[in-house]
Order: sequence, then C-alpha cells, then structure tokens
Amino acid sequence: MSEPTKAPPAAAGRAATKKELPEHFKAYKHVWVFIEQERGQVHPVSWELMGAGRELADKLKVDLAAVVIGPPGEAVQHAAAESFCYGADLAYIVADEVLTDYRNEAYTKALTDTVNTFKPEILLLGATTLGRDLAGSVATTLLTGLTADCTALDVDADGSLAATRPTFGGSLLCTIYTLNYRPQMATVRPRVMPMPERIEKPATRIIEHKLGMVEEDIVTKVLSFIPDRDSAKSNLAYADIVVAGGLGLGSPENFQLVKGLAAVLGAEFGCSRPLVQKGWVTSDRQIGQTGKTIRPKLYIAAGISGAIQHRVGVEGADLIVAINTDKNAPIFDFAHVGIVTDAIRLLPALTEAFRARLSPHSRDRIAS
Amino acid sequence: MHIVVCIKQVPDSAQIRVHPVTNTIMRQGVPTIINPYDLFALEAALQLRDKFGGEVTVLTMGPPSAEDSLRRALTYGADRAVLLTDRFFAGADTLATTYALATAIRKISETFGAPDIVFTGKQTIDGDTAQVGPGIAKRLGLLQLTYVAKINEVDPAARTIEAERRSEGGVQVLKTKLPCLVTMLEATNEIRRGAMADALRAARAQIVTWSAKDAGVEDISKCGLKGSPTIVKRVFAPSARAEKAVFVDFANRPPAEALIEELFKRQPKLEAELVSSAHGF
Amino acid sequence: MIEERFDAIVVGAGMAGNAAALTMAKRGMKVLQLERGEYSGSKNVQGAILYADMLEKLIPEFREEAPLERHLVEQRFWMLDDKSHVGLHYKSDDFNEEKPNRYTIIRAQFDKWFSSKVKEAGATVLCETTVTELAQDAYGKVIGVKTDRRDGEIHADVVVLAEGVNGLLGTRAGLRDRPKPENVALAVKEMHFLPRETIEARFNLKGDEGAVIEAAGTISRGMTGMGFIYSNKECISLGIGCLVSDFQKTGETPYGLLERFKQHPSVAPLIEGSEVKEYSAHLIPEGGYNAIPELCGDGWVVVGDAAQLNNAIHREGSNLAMTSGRIAAEAIFQVKSRRDPMTKANLALYKKMLEESFVIKDLKKYKDMPALLHNQSQNFFLTYPQLVSKAMQNFLRVDGTPKKEKESSTVRSFVNARSWTGLFGDAFRFARAWR
Ligand SMILES: Cc1cc2nc3c(=O)[nH]c(=O)nc-3n(C[C@H](O)[C@H](O)[C@H](O)COP(=O)(O)OP(=O)(O)OC[C@H]3O[C@@H](n4cnc5c(N)ncnc54)[C@H](O)[C@@H]3O)c2cc1C
Ligand SMILES: Cc1cc2nc3c(=O)[nH]c(=O)nc-3n(C[C@H](O)[C@H](O)[C@H](O)COP(=O)(O)OP(=O)(O)OC[C@H]3O[C@@H](n4cnc5c(N)ncnc54)[C@H](O)[C@@H]3O)c2cc1C
Ligand SMILES: Nc1ncnc2c1ncn2[C@@H]1O[C@H](COP(=O)(O)O)[C@@H](O)[C@H]1O
Repeated sequence: MSEPTKAPPAAAGRAATKKELPEHFKAYKHVWVFIEQERGQVHPVSWELMGAGRELADKLKVDLAAVVIGPPGEAVQHAAAESFCYGADLAYIVADEVLTDYRNEAYTKALTDTVNTFKPEILLLGATTLGRDLAGSVATTLLTGLTADCTALDVDADGSLAATRPTFGGSLLCTIYTLNYRPQMATVRPRVMPMPERIEKPATRIIEHKLGMVEEDIVTKVLSFIPDRDSAKSNLAYADIVVAGGLGLGSPENFQLVKGLAAVLGAEFGCSRPLVQKGWVTSDRQIGQTGKTIRPKLYIAAGISGAIQHRVGVEGADLIVAINTDKNAPIFDFAHVGIVTDAIRLLPALTEAFRARLSPHSRDRIAS
Repeated sequence: MHIVVCIKQVPDSAQIRVHPVTNTIMRQGVPTIINPYDLFALEAALQLRDKFGGEVTVLTMGPPSAEDSLRRALTYGADRAVLLTDRFFAGADTLATTYALATAIRKISETFGAPDIVFTGKQTIDGDTAQVGPGIAKRLGLLQLTYVAKINEVDPAARTIEAERRSEGGVQVLKTKLPCLVTMLEATNEIRRGAMADALRAARAQIVTWSAKDAGVEDISKCGLKGSPTIVKRVFAPSARAEKAVFVDFANRPPAEALIEELFKRQPKLEAELVSSAHGF
Repeated sequence: MIEERFDAIVVGAGMAGNAAALTMAKRGMKVLQLERGEYSGSKNVQGAILYADMLEKLIPEFREEAPLERHLVEQRFWMLDDKSHVGLHYKSDDFNEEKPNRYTIIRAQFDKWFSSKVKEAGATVLCETTVTELAQDAYGKVIGVKTDRRDGEIHADVVVLAEGVNGLLGTRAGLRDRPKPENVALAVKEMHFLPRETIEARFNLKGDEGAVIEAAGTISRGMTGMGFIYSNKECISLGIGCLVSDFQKTGETPYGLLERFKQHPSVAPLIEGSEVKEYSAHLIPEGGYNAIPELCGDGWVVVGDAAQLNNAIHREGSNLAMTSGRIAAEAIFQVKSRRDPMTKANLALYKKMLEESFVIKDLKKYKDMPALLHNQSQNFFLTYPQLVSKAMQNFLRVDGTPKKEKESSTVRSFVNARSWTGLFGDAFRFARAWR
C-alpha cells in the first residue's frame, strides 16, 4: 500500500533502519542451512546453499551448521555426514518417525525448536515448494523477517545479512535487511548459487535434537505420494547444455527445431514464458524468473529477446549464445557470443553441422 | 460453508516501466489487476460454495482503490467483499501483512461466521514471496495446505478435506481437518464469467470497509512499516555486463560453421564434452 | 433474462456513451451502461486531444480532477517528403490561459475518470460485458440488449448505441449498413515513454505545456492519411492512419508506415531512446457528412463514432462524440418527461437538435473534402510534398544560381509534375471543399 502522507516506503522509509539489536538476540550466532531431504534424496539446492553459507560464515568468522530433519535412519545420517563435505562445521539432526513425510506442522515445530534452542543468526532455506512452505511458517512463528527468492547474499560491515532479490516483476533489484530480529531468514531458488565442490571430510560434530511430538498430535495425514512420471520430468535446471527458443520462432512447429538441436547435443530444451502461455511448450520448460533458473556450461537461445525476467534465469551459464535477427536485442547485452541471423534457418543447419562434428568418426578423432 | 479468499490488487507488472535515469518505478498509467494467482483460489472457493452452499467472502488489504478488485471478485460471483484499508498498514512486509489479514479474518469470523477454509493464491506477482498464506495460517492456528493442485474431497460433516499438494518430484495426497488454509497453484482451474445478475449485484454492492480500528487491531505497532522486521535498504537496476556479445562474422562461410568454430575456440574443452554427451545419431 | 427494467441502456463507455449515460443519470433516469472492455477506456484508442468546451458542458469543474496530460500551446503542421519537412508552427502564450481550450489526454486514464463520474451520477456500469445483439420485438422495435453473460438479456425503453466506429450492433440488427472501406481510416499508434524533462527539452516546453505535430506527405506513400505526434507528461503518442480502402489497394501495412514515420529524420530525434509500451490500432470514421447513417429508430439512437460523427479534417472526434451523446440524452429525457413512447418519430428530436449544433454544421461544411482527398491522394500526399520540399531547397540553398532562374525552375517542376490545369483544378477543388 502507498501512504499519502509520507514519501514512498521504499528505500530509506522504514521506521528502524538502524541496527539496535535487542539484548536477548545477541546470543544468536552462526549460519545455518536447512538441508532439504525427502524420501532419502537431498535436494541439490541445499548443497548450493552450503556454498553460500560457507562464505557468509567465513566473513562473520562463525560456524556453518547444517540442519537435517527427517525420519530416523540411514538417509538422514548420510545427509548430515555429506554436509561436512560441503563445508559444514557441525550438523543438527531432528529425527523422528513423524517426520517421515514432509508435513508443515511437524517440520515447523522441529525447525523452530532447534532455532530457539541453539540460536542461529542466519537461517537459509531453498525456495522449493517444501522450503517456501516451511520458511513462511517458521518466520511467522518466530516473528522474524524473511526475504524470499534471493539472488545474492552478503554480510555488510556491521555483520548484518544483506539479501538481494528481484522486485517489481524483476525490473529492479532490492537489498533487504532484518536488522533487529533474529534469525535473519532467506530463501534462495535452486541453481541461483553455484554448486560448491564436494571435498571428502569426516563428519565431526553432530548434535541430535528431540522433536517432542507424537503422531496423534498431527492432524494432517499423508495418504499417498504420486511421483512424477519420469518421462515427463525435465532435468532442465541441472542440465549442462540447454537449447531454448522464444517467440521469434513464430510457431510451435518451428519449436521442433530447438528440440532437434537439443537432441543432437544431448541437451535439455527450454523456452521463454510466452511459449508456455501460448501452450506451445509445457510450463516445466520455462526458463526465467517465474520458471527455472539454469546454470549450464552452454546455453543457446534462439529467437529470445532477453527480457530481464528471462535474463535472471540464465545469467549463471558459462557460455551464452544468442541467435536473433535484431542486432539490438537486449539478449546481446549479456550473451557472450551472438549471431544475427534467422534462427529458423540457422537451427537446422546448426543441428546438421553439430551432428557431423560429433559423429562417431569425429569421436575417434578427438579420442586419439 | 463459509470461505474467505484473500486477494491482492497488484500493478500489472508486464506494464511496469523503470525510469531510465533515476531507476525508479514509473507508476503512471500502470493498470492494476487482481493478482492472477488469486483467481485460481477464488474459483476453487466458488466451486466449493456451489457444491455445498454457503458464502464466499473476499478480503483484501490495500489502498482505497483496491475496491475495484473486490468489485471484480463480486462480478465473478463472490458474495461479500471486505476492504481493509488504513494508513497504518502502509509499507507492510509479509509479517505485518499477515498480522493485519489474520486480525481481519478474526473479525470476519465474528461478524459473518467462522470460515471453514481460508484461501490464498500461491504467491503475488509484485511481492512474489508465497509467504503470506503460510503466515496467516500460523497466526490463526489453522492447518495449512500449500501448492494445492486439486481439492479431491471436502466433507463438511466430518470436517475433513483431502487435497493434492505439489511437492518436489511428485504430488502428495494429504488429508486434514477443517478449518484450514489452502494456497492454490496456478492453472488449476479457470475463473468463471459471472452471470448478468452477478455483474449487476457487484456494480451496486456495498463493500465492507474497515480501518485498523474497525478490524480490531489492538497493536498498531505490529502493522505497516513499524511492524515490519525487514528493511528495504537499496533499490537498484541490474547492472549491465561490461562487454557485449561478440558477433560471429559469417560473410565468407556458412553461419552454422562459423558459430561452431567460435564456440570451440572460446571453450576448447567443449567439443570433447559434447562428444561425450551427444547421442543424436 | 433479467426481470429488472431500465429507462435506458447505453452500449459502450467511450466518450459518447459516457456523455449520454452521465446526462441521463443526472436527470434521474435509471441507466444501465454496458462496456465490453475491462474498464471504461481499456480498449479505447485516441491520439489524444481533448477539447475542453464540450466536456465543460457536462462536467464544468473537470479541470480540477480529470487526469489531463498537457494543455496545448503549440501546433505544428508538417508537410513531409522522405528527408525533409516544411512546417507551419503556431505557438502562443495566449494558450497559457486559466481555462485552456485543448489538452492532451491518455484515454485509458481519462475514460476511467469519466466513468467514475457516470457512476457517481447514479448509473449502473457493467464492464467486461459485451452486447452481442439488440433485442427486438416482433415489429422490429428495439426493446433491450442481449449480452455474452449467462442469462444476459435485459430490457429498457431505449437503447443508446455508443459502440464506436464498427457499429456492429446496428449493422447486425439491420438498422444500418456496414461502414465502407473508403469511409474509415485505420490508425496505428504507439506510446513512447521518456522522462518528463526530456520531452520538455525536445519540444521546447515548460511545466504542463504541450505541443502537437500533424504531419502529412510521402510517409503515407500516396495514400490519404496523416501522422501525428502528441506530447504527454511522460510519453509521446505517435501514430499514423490511412484509409482502409487505400491499404487494400496498395498492400502497404499500417505498421510499415508507422516504422517509416518513426525513422523520418524529423521524427526520429524526438523519440530517440524511448521505451515503447503500447501498440494499438483503431479505426476512425472519415466519411464525413455523406456517410452518416440513420440516427434513430424505434427504441434506439446512435451517437459518436458509431454514427460516423467525426471531423477528419480537424481531427475532431471525441468532442462530436461527447456532444452527440449529450444531445441524444437530452432528447431522450424530453421524450420521457412528456411520457411519450420512444418511437422513431419522437426520437427524431435528437436528429433535429444535432442539426442545430456544431456537429452537423461542421460536417456539412466539409462534406466534399473526404472525396476530394481520396480521389487526389497521389497529388496531395506524394507529389505536392516532394515539390514543396524541392521548392524550399531551391529557395534556401545558396549556390550562385540567379534567384530568377530558381523561381522559374520551381514553377517548372510544379507544372511538369501536375500540369497547369491540374494545379488550378486542385486549388479550386480544395477551396470549394474547404468553404
Ligand atoms: C512478472 C513477470 C514474470 C516473467 N517471467 C518470465 C520468465 O520466467 N521467463 C521468461 O522468459 N519471460 C518471463 N516474463 C516475460 C518477459 O518479460 C518477456 O515478455 C519474454 O521473456 C519475452 O519472450 P521472447 O523473448 O520469447 O519474446 P519477444 O520478446 O517477443 O522476443 C522475440 C525475439 O525473437 C527475435 N526474432 C524474431 N524472429 C526471429 C527469427 N526468425 N530468428 C531469430 N530471432 C528472431 C526478435 O528480434 C525478438 O528479439 C515475465 C514477465 C513478467 C511481467
Ligand atoms: C489514433 C486516433 C487518434 C485520434 N485522435 C483524436 C483526437 O486527437 N481528438 C479527438 O477529438 N478525437 C480523436 N480521435 C477520434 C476519437 O477517438 C473518437 O471519435 C471517439 O473516441 C469516439 O467516441 P465513441 O464513444 O463514439 O467511441 P469509442 O471511444 O470507440 O467507444 C466505444 C466503446 O464501446 C465499447 N463497445 C463496442 N462494442 C461494444 C459492445 N458490443 N458491447 C459493449 N461495449 C462495446 C468499446 O469497448 C468502447 O469502449 C482519434 C481516433 C484515433 C483512432
Ligand atoms: N495485501 C493483501 N491482501 C489480501 N491478500 C493478500 C495480500 N498480500 C498477499 N495476499 C495473499 O497472499 C498470497 C501470497 O502473497 P505473497 O506472499 O505476497 O506472494 C497472495 O496470493 C494473496 O492471496
């Protein structure tokens, strides 16, 4: 809402912009990352956050801790152990049968109790469906600030978390602080942070915390879990090579050219948002602010103008190649290699040329 | 059955412009719309009401002009609209927003009957946080079902609800008790066109308008800017990359060849990696 | 079907419909207004210049609250060839008066405000509701409308057709013919956003002053048409329109013309670096007096663009729309006050009152102009602009050629291009059409 009597509440408008941390919050120390595991699988975003968390902890000269919540058993122990290989100084485990499946009530209690007991100053979660469900509940229970979908995390001179996120449909970025409440919470979307290198390390300090809840306390029951059919599932976010098409392709038929090139390269294919809206491509293939963030080694964008909402989803790519008929298209402002030509004609030629270069014959050539 | 749907009036972000010099948002002429995600929540609520009877109350916190959005919601077929508006609410972050909305829902409960379900959208297109739904649930002590793709069954007598919730890699089928809060996923239904009678009623309806005091807010310091733990310190435009793209010159040879050469020249390891990943022949 | 009956139903919430609904509602009539757009103005395209006088008649204090952009202090007419323009500029401080006469507006915002006044006056306004058909009784009398909403038929004593240039409902009901391609222009328009200061610097304006450029010439490729550039507070509206029949004949595309217009060396610097946010296309009725259809019948009247009430020569449309809407409403109110039925004979009062107003008088004055411009489009929009440009160059370029020779070469080029009889004929025809 805008307030007529005052300047817009943006930038410096907040009531308390100075840090005046109340006494009882001064005990809050260390950086925590919530390790998201479901059915034995750790979501890669958790390791990405460990990378970011390590940097913050080093700057603050504090510990980095992983928090693993789940059912008792191998999977949770293993996740906790793995966290050391991604930089953890210690790990907290809350393990209980009632935590077998993700349920808001139980997980919120598990995480809020650990926070209240061990008092971290920063708590990071992945902006997945689980992470967002949990973060919102935990922040409200703790009555602290939460910055969602951050694209950059840093600490400033006085040790406060500076969380940067897109605002106004991605046209602008803003940096948000939680100065006078603890913990400072933030969520980050998968693939926004680089995956840190895994370095083999022994699991040293693991602290177990009791949940103190029984099944009868939990109203919500999980009746079943229907996994996505594998064939329909795209591995877009984690692909090494991505080929994507935009409105410049003009028709759903021409989008097949993108798929063709992707097939030859062993790549995943993606698209800009208008193609999803037109129903040409399914929504799990959308790249960008309201779709997937990708960090491939090679990204080829054909007929995509490079709007800011698309850009934020691909900027992490090592090599961005843009094919566009308009030499002034904004995509050339952030692509590394550009080619000004008709994608509808170039794509088939490129597919053929790659097919020739990458044929078994050439394979031998490179191997030798 | 009484259902409350929280909707937010947002600027149509597709039409937002940033001042090229000062990097501030140019709001002039940017139309406002009902947050598109909230329409899925509204339609889900209307379907339940049509099935079980009862009423749908739409609620928004916003400036007085947010009345437009409420009136629209009535056109779609909602029964009642509540506008929560007060200068004390200005500048609220998600925590302060949930405080205000939760207080208003309590007041709605006293005035028009306790809600069985509170619906919100998955997220807004301006705040984009997806936190307000879970926040309201916590404040009201409601059970929450987020990212709901489908409501399988509601049993008003047994006071249970069964729904499919999107989670990573699959769908969780959950069953819980009423009252609860549901955040609806996008593309799960299509908002109806209200009948002529709905449109007529909406055009003439009296919108219930509450100030902080009317809604029963006891602690003004928990509202708006004051009640917001987060502080926006800096707003800025994304920086441009230093150098622009290198354009591939293909005057003398086929463009595809020229492009591939440029790629392999830049990243010598790429060719070997491609060979190992490619399986297109 | 809805049981409730209204005194009048107004179809459309543009300038004409809003004026009609406002006037009737203020008179205490029970009015229902239906608009297919999301809100009044959401679908409306106009340059747009607002003429204060006609609005003042409806809402005297409008200057205090209406979303106005800039009041106009300068008008430029440009005759363009591909590289130059010859211009007539008029700017006067007199236009910085207390109650300025002309303003630029953004229709989407202005109409929204206008509509809020209609609602305040007590009319029931339903948006996102398209009238699909007129409801008629067995005798053909219009008794109400059918809409695209469920159970959407609704009745009234009289229907005011303010549906804009297409006039689809009237045509469908057999009350009038479809507008002919040679009587409508297709205009395309873009909004170019720039910081306020930049616009003021480029147009040499201060405060809320505004300027307007009207341009004709080779940009329309010999078709009958004109380009316009209007300064708003934070954006420039820029567009061009040509007769639909000409587009059909030449195969030119409106967007192609607009692109060319924007790239013209006199235009490009005005919009450089701007962000384009809106592209829209709309028809303008340009048939003038001779194209006006039947204005009323049993149970209906037609107003504004739907009645082809548009003065293409002066680029006036919204004022004719507002005035015809107001007059129709007054006429309907008089018929109602006498408790007479809304028959064609009784509603003819509207026609009579309109004939006495500037609306019909102005259109009559220019009744031959559309045909002239149309028949002579090659000359007016291609040959003459090029000749004039050449003449100006001849006049200005100092290259040692004796002045006398220069003059006769200019005359020669005119005559060669058009012949003496042609030139006199054009001048004569033009003068007569203008008179
Ligand atoms: C809140 C919000 C969230 C959004 N989220 C996303 C998001 O997550 N992802 C996303 O992608 N967008 C998103 N958008 C939309 C975004 O703003 C742009 O509208 C969109 O990315 C444009 O898609 P495009 O590049 O395919 O189409 P266009 O912008 O129309 O660009 C088409 C391009 O193709 C070029 N072209 C035309 N013909 C050819 C040809 N034959 N060969 C080669 N090039 C050609 C043109 O020069 C042009 O540059 C979002 C918008 C909003 C408001
Ligand atoms: C590019 C351009 C520039 C112009 N510049 C100027 C200018 O500078 N000054 C000037 O005075 N005039 C100008 N005009 C002309 C002016 O815009 C019109 O004359 C004026 O808008 C006519 O008003 P109206 O109410 O008759 O029609 P409109 O403003 O077109 O309104 C008609 C309304 O009816 C609605 N409608 C249509 N069909 C239905 C239906 N079946 N059911 C429900 N609703 C329906 C439409 O959505 C619309 O809101 C310009 C026109 C154009 C296209
Ligand atoms: N000011 C508000 N008034 C009413 N509902 C809101 C408001 N802000 C957010 N919501 C609801 O909360 C959901 C999530 O919002 P957000 O957390 O901002 O992404 C929205 O889809 C709305 O249903």
